[in-house]
Amino acid sequence: MSAIQSPTERIWWKQPLDRVEGTWIVIAFVWCLVMFFMMPYWHIYGKQNLSNEAYRSTPEAFLAKAQAMVDKYTVRTVTEQNIPVVHPVPGSDVYLVARLWQFWPVLELEEGQTYRLHIMSTDWLHGFSLQPENINIQIHPGYEHVVTLTPTREGTYSLICNEYCGINHHTMASKLYVVKPKKG
Amino acid sequence: MAVNRNFRTCPSTGLVYHEPAEKLIRWNAVAGVVSLLVGGILALLVTLTRWPAVKLLPPDWFYLVLTAHGLDMLVFWIIFFEIAVLYFAASTLLKCRLATPKVAWVAFWLMIVGALMNNVAVFKGDSSVMFTSYVPMGAHPLFYLGLILFAVGALVACFVFFGTLVVGKAEKTYNGSIPLVTFGAVTAAIIAVFTIAAGAIILIPTFLWSVGLVSHIDSLMYRTVWWAFGHSSQQINVAAHVSVWYAIAAIVFGAKPMSEKVSRGAFVLYILFLQLASAHHLLADPGLTSNWKIFNTSYAMYLAVLASMVHGLTVPGAIEVAQREKGFNKGLFEWLRKAPWGNPSFSGMFMSLVGFGFLGGISGVMMGTEQLNLIIHNTIYVPGHFHATVVVGTTLAFMALTYFLIPTLFRRELMFPGMAKWQTYVYGLGMMGFSVFMMGAGTLGVPRRHWDMAFSGAALPHEFPGTAYLMMGLMAVSGILAVVGGAMYLLITVGSVFLGKKIQTPDFKRVPVREGMAPPPVPVAAVPAGHGKIGMGGFVAPGTFVLAMVFLTSFILYYFVNWKYLSTVWPLK
Repeated sequence: MSAIQSPTERIWWKQPLDRVEGTWIVIAFVWCLVMFFMMPYWHIYGKQNLSNEAYRSTPEAFLAKAQAMVDKYTVRTVTEQNIPVVHPVPGSDVYLVARLWQFWPVLELEEGQTYRLHIMSTDWLHGFSLQPENINIQIHPGYEHVVTLTPTREGTYSLICNEYCGINHHTMASKLYVVKPKKG
Repeated sequence: MAVNRNFRTCPSTGLVYHEPAEKLIRWNAVAGVVSLLVGGILALLVTLTRWPAVKLLPPDWFYLVLTAHGLDMLVFWIIFFEIAVLYFAASTLLKCRLATPKVAWVAFWLMIVGALMNNVAVFKGDSSVMFTSYVPMGAHPLFYLGLILFAVGALVACFVFFGTLVVGKAEKTYNGSIPLVTFGAVTAAIIAVFTIAAGAIILIPTFLWSVGLVSHIDSLMYRTVWWAFGHSSQQINVAAHVSVWYAIAAIVFGAKPMSEKVSRGAFVLYILFLQLASAHHLLADPGLTSNWKIFNTSYAMYLAVLASMVHGLTVPGAIEVAQREKGFNKGLFEWLRKAPWGNPSFSGMFMSLVGFGFLGGISGVMMGTEQLNLIIHNTIYVPGHFHATVVVGTTLAFMALTYFLIPTLFRRELMFPGMAKWQTYVYGLGMMGFSVFMMGAGTLGVPRRHWDMAFSGAALPHEFPGTAYLMMGLMAVSGILAVVGGAMYLLITVGSVFLGKKIQTPDFKRVPVREGMAPPPVPVAAVPAGHGKIGMGGFVAPGTFVLAMVFLTSFILYYFVNWKYLSTVWPLK
């Protein structure tokens, strides 16, 4: 009879569907299909898709590549810790190390240019959270994630870690500068 | 050894309680409520720390308290209560003796020992690794061991539940099919077995790693398998609280399912597809392909979302049909206006349904979309979402059920009935506000699990806009309201169970197998008929249908607003 008793009709599966239920199931299913196909659609026509490109790496190998970039492209340093600010060539491979509790180095990118940003952690899990754009990516140790990104507006952006990484998690923040492309 | 076959019948509800089952249901429910008490105190501390104007605790305490809050609420409170619901749905609803009560007690004590061990590990201070305990950050070995013992206990309890179904069938305590609510409980238990197996696969090696027997655990593998445990355990909750919705609709209104096959079919979709959702947590991770992400995050093709949308219609639909058959057949919403809004079982259940659908459901599907996840991942939007599903949805539904269980199961009169009328509203509205403001702060980028949104001590801090601070302040105020609602619940339940006026009812007496058999079924029409002349325009539940369309419209709007927003952020591929 009611939902807490056994159905009185032994062959309850033959009860005809009420119109309200049938209609709703059809509408809901169509909506489910729309939502499903939105994802492949955006891969083809949308501009914001997370890259599938990732490589296994080690902290030593990744740090070496980041160091090479820092040696080549450092333009100045910031803060008392003298964190290098690098201004790499547009279109090049850019490396960002996440570790307890900092991002290294600080990046300066050009507006409208595309970069291959490599992100990896050398210790625990971290988060790449670009503010105020609000782009959020998980950072793993041992997985070098290559994200192709194009800053669209100049300005000073922040990078914050949004994966809990211990007691000084809240101090793990950095900057990302986007500047107008140099003429000539 | 003689089997305990002592039963009693509750005179006011007609429900049948098996003596050992009654005791087990009570003890599991009480253990759940104690966990809720501890988790609730911790909730207040977390809220007061994330309130930027108060910032109560230092960071080490904050992360410790947040870890314990997650575990005590999401694991211990909910699973203890779920075991009580499983035993109720099998033994009481099938009028059947509980299989192997002794084993059920072993399960209970394993769960108690596990829960205590885990809490001790956290409060010792060297296991502030959050509910998720992602490697390579390590906790004390007792942290993992406690969880493993608890999970083993819960698994044993699931098998006691399955055994009880077998006993009911063998002793013919019911005729035909099991009730819908029991069917929903079976769904929850099947998902629980999958969940606990996934938990064992990841927590046992992690435990061995914590004692030095395994050298390395891959962080991506950990997250992938852990979420098959962590997210699926939330699917147990969904199946359980949807069953509770059906149960309360049946208890309060005598509502029968609009059609058994639709409601049961929706539960089957849960069994088949819900577990794929562990992918929701991995959408921003490297090393997994988009094909894998799209298929899994959408539960194949949103087939589990379809199931929830079906329950979202059929539960209020069943109530509407029952009310219309009682004569509240005028207009679209007379059935709803004349509903017993002063009965906390009903008001709690209805708010749970609405909150779960509008806040939890829509936000969950939105952030579970592969690309949209980019603008949400690990922000405080995520806890905003799951407080709407698991607190407004599951906890509030369980609270609503408690008001029904106190007189019939504990045989005590409800203390403070006036306060009980208000409790579900205070708690429900507080929690809904809490969720909404967290989501608001999350869209502004405020991170979750973060001690200080002002980044004090950071060399290059980020400055959040004033609205983000406003959102966090409003979140805290709503959170405090919810804590008040939770305290009211604890006061009423603990007061009633221990100090409430006893209700005199006929006591247990032995019922032999032969007498416990269900009467032979009454012959009914071969093909059951529909619902007769109620409703309008051929719709038996037009009011519910209108509400469902309102829901769908909000869903579509919110979904595409977020795509629009995504299209404005930096291109990446």
